[in-house]
Amino acid sequence: MSPSVLSQTMTILRKDMLLSWRGRARLVAMLAFAVVTLMLFSFAVGPNAEVLQRHAGGYLWLALLLSSVLSLGESFQLELEDAALEGLALLPVDPRALFFGKALANAAQLLVLGVALVPLSLVLYGATVQGSWPALIGFIALGTAGLAAPGTLYSAMTSRAKGKDVMLPLLLFPLIVPVLLAATKGTNLALLGDPMGQIQGWATVLGCFNLVYWSLCPALFGRVLDD
Amino acid sequence: MQNEAFAVRADALSRGFGDRWALAGVNLRVRPGASLLLAGHNGAGKTTLLRILAGLLRPTSGSLSVVGLDPSVNRQAARRHVALVAHQGQHYLDLGAGENLRLAAALVGAAPADAARALDRVGLADRSSDPVRTFSAGMRKRLAFARILLQKPDVVLLDEPWGQLDPAGFRFVDDLLGSMCASGQAVIVATHLVDRAGTLLDHGLLLDGGRPTWVGAASDLPAAMREATS
Repeated sequence: MSPSVLSQTMTILRKDMLLSWRGRARLVAMLAFAVVTLMLFSFAVGPNAEVLQRHAGGYLWLALLLSSVLSLGESFQLELEDAALEGLALLPVDPRALFFGKALANAAQLLVLGVALVPLSLVLYGATVQGSWPALIGFIALGTAGLAAPGTLYSAMTSRAKGKDVMLPLLLFPLIVPVLLAATKGTNLALLGDPMGQIQGWATVLGCFNLVYWSLCPALFGRVLDD
Repeated sequence: MQNEAFAVRADALSRGFGDRWALAGVNLRVRPGASLLLAGHNGAGKTTLLRILAGLLRPTSGSLSVVGLDPSVNRQAARRHVALVAHQGQHYLDLGAGENLRLAAALVGAAPADAARALDRVGLADRSSDPVRTFSAGMRKRLAFARILLQKPDVVLLDEPWGQLDPAGFRFVDDLLGSMCASGQAVIVATHLVDRAGTLLDHGLLLDGGRPTWVGAASDLPAAMREATS
């Protein structure tokens, strides 16, 4: 009897997390890239402490977004090496399990990266959390999940394409504008405080985006893996 | 296996890539426990045919039944019955040999102990925890055979199974072919080593430019190839 979709998902997730750990030099490089990006924003804006603090959430999300392209692209490069993905495709694996396993692993990596960048952003931009820490972490979790679902699908689509390094951001960035907008607004509200009670609305936008894409992408993933 | 006299049955199977036909009008009948040798020059369509049978490629036209299932329609169900050893190992290079096999075992519903047994049978038990990246091409090929042993499919597809192996590996493959057929598995082998394969397999099919040009006993195939090229 074949394992359930949940069981296969957990197997793929464990495999991807193990591969990420074995290739942790790549994770360190991704973190370094994100840190450099954060620093570049502060250099570009200049020593205007007020502007830096007010837009800290935006800079954090832009750094995360740019780093996510590296992370998402890499996750399928490992699959193509020695045709490992083909080996998986030859097994009776449910394509939804393959999607959920890989997307959850990508979301987990981006979440860790996002959480690691928060204290760095606070130090670099001289910001403090005047709102709520749980809300801040919650927005990072919702936002990175929103990047991971369509990112995993597009990464699979472009992994064998010519110019895949350009194709992935070209396809992904326009799609995740709602994530960037809602996550930035929510993060800024969590950092600077939420006197008007807007944070719930942005969390709902992210929740809806996640609901749609975490439902839609698994259904499309099998077609993407087809010849 | 479904109620089907043939493990593999293909009628007028064709596959085009753009305006080029990699495979054109191939008919196949392979019974459980029988074996078929696919031969032909580079680009004759052997690998394309194996990939269609494995469900990795869809045929452009024609009909295909693998243990009663059409891999184009019932892809996931068909994959429970088919396994392919391809040119590339299809392993995760940063995982150990044992980890790769346990991954496959978890996905097909086999026990981890089965993975250990399969690894032992291909002679890699003592390298179980070594990353596959450190393996030679022959060892990676042996690991691919271990996955077949783990899956126990009804139809086994082998693309150049002797490639990259040492003499002991050659004997291992020879024995494996015999044991798979004896256990009722249908085996289809694509290779250039027709003299060796001809003595081990039942039937032969010669492809040229994607078209079948000769069908007969595998033992007669080497002579037919020489005649075709003379």
